[in-house]
Amino acid sequence: MRQILISLCLLMMATASRAELVVEVTQGVSEPSPVAVVPFGWSGSGALSEDVAKIVEQDLGRSGFFSTLPRESMLSFPTREGDVYYRDWRVSGADYLLTGRIEPTADGQVKIDVGLYDVLKEQRIPLANDIVNSGSGQLRDAAHYISDQVFEALTGLKGAFSTRIVYIQAERNGDQNNYKLQLADWDGARPRTVMESNEPIMSPSWSRDGRKLAYVSFESGRPAIYVQYLTTGKRERIQSFPGLNGAPAWSPDGNQLALVLSKDGNPEIYVLNLASRQLQRVTHHYAIDTEPTWAPDGKSILFTSDRGGQPQIYRLDLESRNLERLTWEGNYNARGRLTDDGRFLAMVHRPTGGNFTIAVQDLKSGRLDILTEAGLEESPSIAPNGSIIIYATKQNGRGVLSAVSLDGQVRFRMPSRSGDVREPAWSPYLH
Amino acid sequence: MRALNVFKAATLGAAVIWAAGCSTTSTTTEGGEGSMGGQDGSGSASSYGVDGSGVSGGSAGAIDQLQTVFYFDFDQSVVKQAGFSDLEAHARYLANNPSASVRLEGHADERGTREYNIALGERRANAVERLLVVNGASSSQIETISYGEEKPAVMGSGDASWAQNRRVELKYVSR
Repeated sequence: MRQILISLCLLMMATASRAELVVEVTQGVSEPSPVAVVPFGWSGSGALSEDVAKIVEQDLGRSGFFSTLPRESMLSFPTREGDVYYRDWRVSGADYLLTGRIEPTADGQVKIDVGLYDVLKEQRIPLANDIVNSGSGQLRDAAHYISDQVFEALTGLKGAFSTRIVYIQAERNGDQNNYKLQLADWDGARPRTVMESNEPIMSPSWSRDGRKLAYVSFESGRPAIYVQYLTTGKRERIQSFPGLNGAPAWSPDGNQLALVLSKDGNPEIYVLNLASRQLQRVTHHYAIDTEPTWAPDGKSILFTSDRGGQPQIYRLDLESRNLERLTWEGNYNARGRLTDDGRFLAMVHRPTGGNFTIAVQDLKSGRLDILTEAGLEESPSIAPNGSIIIYATKQNGRGVLSAVSLDGQVRFRMPSRSGDVREPAWSPYLH
Repeated sequence: MRALNVFKAATLGAAVIWAAGCSTTSTTTEGGEGSMGGQDGSGSASSYGVDGSGVSGGSAGAIDQLQTVFYFDFDQSVVKQAGFSDLEAHARYLANNPSASVRLEGHADERGTREYNIALGERRANAVERLLVVNGASSSQIETISYGEEKPAVMGSGDASWAQNRRVELKYVSR
């Protein structure tokens, strides 16, 4: 029996507030695996603050890979292997079964003991950690951790349920604007405000260790780049030259920030060494050069440039200074983001005469696939497991977040309760 | 002078924000666009279409008649011919009043990516600045800023809204 401790999550200092975004799956895989997540037993006194099994069930359902068995269709509620009657679950149509029981521990924490079963083979499926120790205030984190394990055991893909997203929420009350940089669980739960202003906030970007955000704020009346620590809220103004200060992007090692400055007359890509504060200009062209993003090996930067007459994505090798145009289809390809293996490039793409879509290009074969069709898509951001792209679009005139898997099979949207929601950025793995 | 006080308020606002920057959540309550120009983008947009011909320049009243919002085509930063005469009149006024200054705010419509649109808004503001300078204004009298697609004049999607949002707004900081 392997164990793990879900310790106090430093990112979540604020008390949980009502979710502003809720995931609605609009398309799953063609044959999702039916899974039953049985309510977990609880042997302590009083009620727990979270229904852990329900969170796991929602995670698995929202992934698009699974259909979940409603509790009212369950013939029994086993909490341990000895109580599982496989025949009951076969009758209910479940291919997989997850049970769990939660016990209080001497130090005031809880211990969650979970079991995953293959109903057809009538055997237990091993998990990396089937005992999860958690603070009683971290039950949601523990649930997401269990979801990650179950997802990986059943699909072979690493789960991203413990990750978070940030996004910009803009509201207009009369002629007063309000902009918020929000942080939430991947599914929109536990939102909290990282930064708020009456002036625009843009381009949030996660450091690779998940502890810092870089973003653009107009709070001084002009755009400037800030870096903020999520744990303490402490922040620093990093760059505020005359003109544009935009599109910050962390290097994979966390030591450098690629950014856009127009102090020399037009937008160029620069690399800022965060320790020495040395600034190095890496593009030299009178066209617009913007939206830098790093290759996972840190050796090259991809960026958008209209040097060819229309925005297209280019790759600049930082050592050789070799420049290569990557996109050729359509008349607008911008704001690229790479999967962690560097193979797939997600971008905003407009086919000639068409609308703005999210597309993904296989950099190995050159093949481009258009994944969305609504028409005003922007800001693609890839989950750290490389399976899902979250992006911003418009629905009934309002900015909303949506997501699509890289293979186009799974789709979900995240309608918001208020305001325009945009510029999602998916965190790296946080554990 | 109103504009000057406004500028002070904005500076003070910025200082407040900077001081607040160490708390977990920073709240900006001052120094917003409303206090900078006294007007929201949509208000300024309605001043479009006033013909500036016959204005000789010189008095502050004369520039009130001039067009202050200049529109652009999609992904373009070429100032349209229709705006030339009024921009020339603004330039003459700036040349005749060295203590006057303007702020040029460049904007884009919602289509395409946000950072690219910020760059596009800057290019548009720079195009207007060049026209003012070649017509006699000093570049020291002109400040440019781009908001990209972050501050649309008109909400909503469609050709009519987009056309009104691709713009440069000329605002006098002092007269």
